[in-house]
Amino acid sequence: MIWRFGLFESTFAPLVSTHWALCIALGFPFLMGLLAALFPPKRMWPVALACLPVLASGWVLLSAYDQAGLLRWQWDVAGVSLSLRLNGLSVLLLLTTQWIGVAAALYTPGSLRLSEPQPLSRWLWPLMGVLLSALSLIWLASDLLTLYVALELMGLSAVGMLLLSGKVAALLAGMRYLLLALVGSLAYLLGVALILGHWGRLDLQGLAAVVEPGPVAWIAAALIGAGLALKAALFPMHGWLSPVHGNAWTPVSALHAALVIKASLFMLLQLWSILLPDTFYAPRVIALLGMLAIVWGGLLAWRTDSLKTLVASSTVAQLGYLMVVFPLLLGPDIAPLPRALAWEGFWLQLIGHAFAKAAMFMAAGNLILATGESTLKGLAGTSRRLPLSLLIFGVASVTLMGLPPSSGFTAKWLLLEAMLISQQWWAVAALLTGTLLTAAYVFRMFRYSFDDSAPRHHYQPLAPGMDLIALSLALTAFGLGLLAHFTLALMRGGGV
Amino acid sequence: MNAAWLPVTTLITSLLVVVIIFSLPEEARRLRTTVNLLAAVIKIILVMLMVGRVSAGREDIFSFQVVGGVDFVLRADALGVMFAGLSSLLWLCTTIYAIGYLEGSANRKRFFGFFSLCVTSTIGIALADNLFTFLIFYEMLTLSTYPLVVHSGTQKALDAGRVYLRYTLSAGVVLLLGAVLLHYLTGDQSFSSEEGLSDYLNDHRGLLTLIFALLVGGLAVKAAMVPLHGWLPRAMVAPAPVSALLHAVAVVKAGAFGILRVVYDLFGLQLSIELGVISVLAVAASITIIYGSLRALAQEELKPRLAFSTVSQVSYIILGIGLFGPFGTIGALAHLLHQGLMKVTLFFCAGNYAEELGIHRIDEMDGAGKRMPLTSIAFTVGALGMIGLPPVAGFITKWYLGIGAIRAEMYWVVVVLIASSTLNAMYFLPIVHRLWFRLGPAHGQGQWPKEQRLGRLETHGWLLWPMVFTALASLGAGLLAGMPFSPLDWATRVATGEYLP
Repeated sequence: MIWRFGLFESTFAPLVSTHWALCIALGFPFLMGLLAALFPPKRMWPVALACLPVLASGWVLLSAYDQAGLLRWQWDVAGVSLSLRLNGLSVLLLLTTQWIGVAAALYTPGSLRLSEPQPLSRWLWPLMGVLLSALSLIWLASDLLTLYVALELMGLSAVGMLLLSGKVAALLAGMRYLLLALVGSLAYLLGVALILGHWGRLDLQGLAAVVEPGPVAWIAAALIGAGLALKAALFPMHGWLSPVHGNAWTPVSALHAALVIKASLFMLLQLWSILLPDTFYAPRVIALLGMLAIVWGGLLAWRTDSLKTLVASSTVAQLGYLMVVFPLLLGPDIAPLPRALAWEGFWLQLIGHAFAKAAMFMAAGNLILATGESTLKGLAGTSRRLPLSLLIFGVASVTLMGLPPSSGFTAKWLLLEAMLISQQWWAVAALLTGTLLTAAYVFRMFRYSFDDSAPRHHYQPLAPGMDLIALSLALTAFGLGLLAHFTLALMRGGGV
Repeated sequence: MNAAWLPVTTLITSLLVVVIIFSLPEEARRLRTTVNLLAAVIKIILVMLMVGRVSAGREDIFSFQVVGGVDFVLRADALGVMFAGLSSLLWLCTTIYAIGYLEGSANRKRFFGFFSLCVTSTIGIALADNLFTFLIFYEMLTLSTYPLVVHSGTQKALDAGRVYLRYTLSAGVVLLLGAVLLHYLTGDQSFSSEEGLSDYLNDHRGLLTLIFALLVGGLAVKAAMVPLHGWLPRAMVAPAPVSALLHAVAVVKAGAFGILRVVYDLFGLQLSIELGVISVLAVAASITIIYGSLRALAQEELKPRLAFSTVSQVSYIILGIGLFGPFGTIGALAHLLHQGLMKVTLFFCAGNYAEELGIHRIDEMDGAGKRMPLTSIAFTVGALGMIGLPPVAGFITKWYLGIGAIRAEMYWVVVVLIASSTLNAMYFLPIVHRLWFRLGPAHGQGQWPKEQRLGRLETHGWLLWPMVFTALASLGAGLLAGMPFSPLDWATRVATGEYLP
């Protein structure tokens, strides 16, 4: 498992251009965010201009990885060694972050212009910048200290963004989220302290070599796991998720559901594969919770009356799919083939869901903005008046349902095969039930939208491009299904 | 030489139409119509090219890798091209009909967009060369049909849509499980591979039977086999062109076609017989045939009667498979085409009666033959074909099925065929009788429920001519069955390929 995360020595040193690309990828979002706070952009094109260097840096890093394989950076600061690594998985997640981040940034000017003016809205930009920088750092960092800093930055900027909308409900939800995020960080920090005290090092690669199973590893893994699970809204610690999304601005929700909670999950899997490489029970507990998450999240989304809650609850269920895969990734005696299949399926599902969920939040935001209604019943007649937003919602939900030819389907195919080979019938049942539940709540929403009996009078027109951005995200999630080979080949390249 | 572009272009032509239609504004009626018809004609030409290449013994393949061990493959083989031909021919007719039918109604952009997506999916189903590719288009079909079923947006339509999804999505899940199990057992299994799955028989008999049950069970929902047929009669609330498409080409045929693929190309006939699943299929098909006919008899409205008739007729295809002999196979394949032509005609007629005269119930049809002679002649042709009277195409099918049953010494199948034909006659002949021999509003007795004068002729030309064409085609397929490239001839070619490799 360790080599899959790129925790081994690199063959080549990074080139100068790669150094620059790294600096831009990590620092530029933050700098541009500050600039935007000083001069808030009103149109899409300045944002697009500012995003270009970031996208270019992602491309340079991709080609650098393509040529040289795994790359490492290391600094010794005051006796503590900080290190970064770039492997196929980090490149993939970095690109995902950049594209979704750019889409959210492009979406923001229009969205801010159309909603009621808020005094604090200009601060959205720097917070978004910090969030994207911190996320990029999480995918690259390979020591516990950097990870902790990035995690804190990400959590705090996320809380800040959620608070900005200024509604009382948002403040309440945001404060609760802050409290939970701090508790989560504290648990994580305790785990890290335990590791530092016992093994005296924080770099992941070195830890992987010295960690041996025992009470210390177990307790540290439990602390870190609990903290990260809380931040990732893994069932049953998902209660804070839908109130937070219910009141946040659309681009904030999109970023949060697509990337922020995934970052915690990524860290969880990475750290557990170091601390608990051969444990039997822990991954199975996660998988059991995942099955419950699929059912419970699906039921929540099915019963709700609010569109945003539907989308947020579906995240809980979709995280369940990822949790169910844990026993195929961690644990003793997993055959190489199912593990490889599960590994690919896991990340494809995660990336596909990130794109689809961002698109879905934007489509839902567009529908709510245009109709002025946030309930499902308020959607009556939208199939005639807002077909494009609805179509985007539909394309995104195809991915969530895991129907072909979306990335959700290809991922499900891989996961199902891995589960069949290792004869995990419960997981198979959970995955298939999840498909039906997802279809149930998605089509419940469509049922309202196709209802032509309720006439509506006024629709707020959307800013140009708001639908197109969401559409491009949804189509990316869709297209990744058939083009999965290229994506997954990237992830395979560095390891074998 | 492999012309990989041919199957792909055929698929992309239809897909492009979807994109164009969705990006055009609702009001661009003329442009939309032009694009639609142009693409339909281009597609017919492309399919004809494929027919030509297949009859010259060439099979064009297009493929790329999706993930390790799973490929996306399109292949133009005889069976696939047969289904593609049916789909593209009837697409043209149904599109023309739909343009006339939806004249002036709302949401036409959505309708034609999803309509084209539906047809794209059937082309994909026809040309798919492995279960993965098949599944992609099969599920695409499920999703693209939903907006058509609920098109009118009424409570009844929305309920029908919900039932439709419940059945088809559950079936999709079952099918997915079967497909993944098979992939796990055998790896990527092309429909064109010669070996079939016989190698696995000794060690994995139980698993193979389970996979067969899952696959065919999943497909049988769309093929509307009893007791999985509940969605079909309810989906009747959809507009007439959708019903025509649903019943004649797209959905039920996709199910039946899938079963053909699984039995002949995936498992292979030999293996299916050894597993003992074929006889089960034959029995299930017989039950469906009789049950569908009985229920049709009980319906008092025209469209539900036609719907139950579809339930019954589609299972002839399955029955043909169950006769395990070349004649049964020929009958099954020919019926795939014949039933499509005849059923589409009947639904066009039902739509015309409803549009022009407001007729929905059978007892309102008295004397309609005088008012709408062409429609009524077309209906009569379709009805006689369904009963299986010569020279309409339906006769050919029943003849071959009968011979197949006797050759296979399954005499009870002959009894089923006779019983079903009798029942068909019992529910179709009274309608024909009413059309021609009863006095009605056209003779000055009573009134039509809601008469409109839509065109110079008996109804709007866009509604009339597609129907006349398909009625003539149903007659032609029967009369000219011996000519080259007739449905029967092509079915014989496919069957020969199956039995004499």
